Amino acid sequence: MVATSTIKNGVDHLFPAFFIAIMCSLLQPIANAAVLPEERLDLLYHSYEGDNTKIDGPAILVRKNFADKISIASHHLVDNVSGASIDVRVFGASAYREKRTEQSLSFNLLQDKTQYVFGYEQSNENDFDAKGAFISISQDFFGDLTNITLGYSRGWDTVGMSTDANFSEDVERDSFSIKISQILTPKAILFANMETISDEGFLNNPYRSVRFIDPSVSRGWSLQPEVYPNTRTSNAFSISGLYYLDYGASLGGSIRYFNDTWDISAQTLELKYKQRIQTFTIGARIRFHQQNEASFYSDLFPFRDAQNFLARDKELSDLSSIMLGFSISYALKTEQTRWINKVEASLAYDRYQIDYNNFRNAEIVSVTAGTEPLFSLNADLIRFYFTAWY
Amino acid sequence: MMTKFNRTKKHCFAVKPILFLFLVVFILSGCSIKPWVKPYQRNKLADSLMSPENNPLDDKYMNHAFKSREAARGAEATSGGGCGCN
Repeated sequence: MVATSTIKNGVDHLFPAFFIAIMCSLLQPIANAAVLPEERLDLLYHSYEGDNTKIDGPAILVRKNFADKISIASHHLVDNVSGASIDVRVFGASAYREKRTEQSLSFNLLQDKTQYVFGYEQSNENDFDAKGAFISISQDFFGDLTNITLGYSRGWDTVGMSTDANFSEDVERDSFSIKISQILTPKAILFANMETISDEGFLNNPYRSVRFIDPSVSRGWSLQPEVYPNTRTSNAFSISGLYYLDYGASLGGSIRYFNDTWDISAQTLELKYKQRIQTFTIGARIRFHQQNEASFYSDLFPFRDAQNFLARDKELSDLSSIMLGFSISYALKTEQTRWINKVEASLAYDRYQIDYNNFRNAEIVSVTAGTEPLFSLNADLIRFYFTAWY
Repeated sequence: MMTKFNRTKKHCFAVKPILFLFLVVFILSGCSIKPWVKPYQRNKLADSLMSPENNPLDDKYMNHAFKSREAARGAEATSGGGCGCN
């Protein structure tokens, strides 16, 4: 009840603030250099492999503009999931296969000096459906050196279980965001993003359980279903910048701070570098992330029903991750013709490692419960994509 | 029953700073600010090397990958606005 009222109060206060903010944006009598996004076609193949799980599939994105006033974009993405992660293996379940599809349709409208974006997206899998609508408004200020975008989105999820056809729970989600970009010099630009997200409904994974000490069984622990609070509100703030280097390269960096009402706080730092060499563009990036655990998380609870809320999702544990990535793009066609402006093929590879600081590998049952080695995850992410601008 | 979970209220920059920010922007927009970067000086900013997005599909995919494996979400650096000069 306390948690629910916290959400309600937050949302009730946010709406007037955003209303005033939107009105302020609309009332600005200033020049605008807003332009629609470029027309493009993207074809992508993605692959994730780590912790005995493989997720891969194709994706496509098309954007078409009309009369320099309207831009319509749509994307379709497929995730083919196979394997059995640590979460599945610990609970004794076998490897599984499933498919997730994701689609969106969005419209950009350039009206006088303002750009509006609105759209709809959905994601479907056999036991989880997510639907969402979003709207944003953006405008340039101060001689077009500053751009401010206000966004709102609402999501509706339906959580199911492949093992129980009667199980169905709902989640509703609101997101409010502000994005500011600021041109600092002819070679430097700064971005600041703020986003508040509120969830209400069934927020845990219905398949997952927590473990607790149970001396009556030989391995020393037993399982009981997770219990999450039914509300969560999170705040994230990021600041990032890009600097152009005169030999045809750019250097970028970003930092993000995050906290939520589950007492998780996190920091993410990323540095990236891109350089053009003739018709090639090469890129490298490194990303660090760290977070502490949710207040109701434990790897091993002392007894059954030890708390009112219980979680052992490794995503809510104390963890740190590092990602190192490389990319290369090749301009297949650089001369503009009547139909095509540019064509580019790209390959990106990232090595992603997560070290969990209080999530133990419970597959190992030869040691005393709670002394198993800490779990870590290593994954390879590969994307190959082809882009045509027209 | 032991009750470890103790909710704390955290709305660090949710409401008042947003209102304050836009009031400041609103007031300042009445001032005549001379742009210190002219439109003809923005060719480097318009270069694709200076885009906060890598590729819209790839960024969407990577943000989903992170959100599935980490607790943090929102305000992704790859979803910045733009300099309005593409």
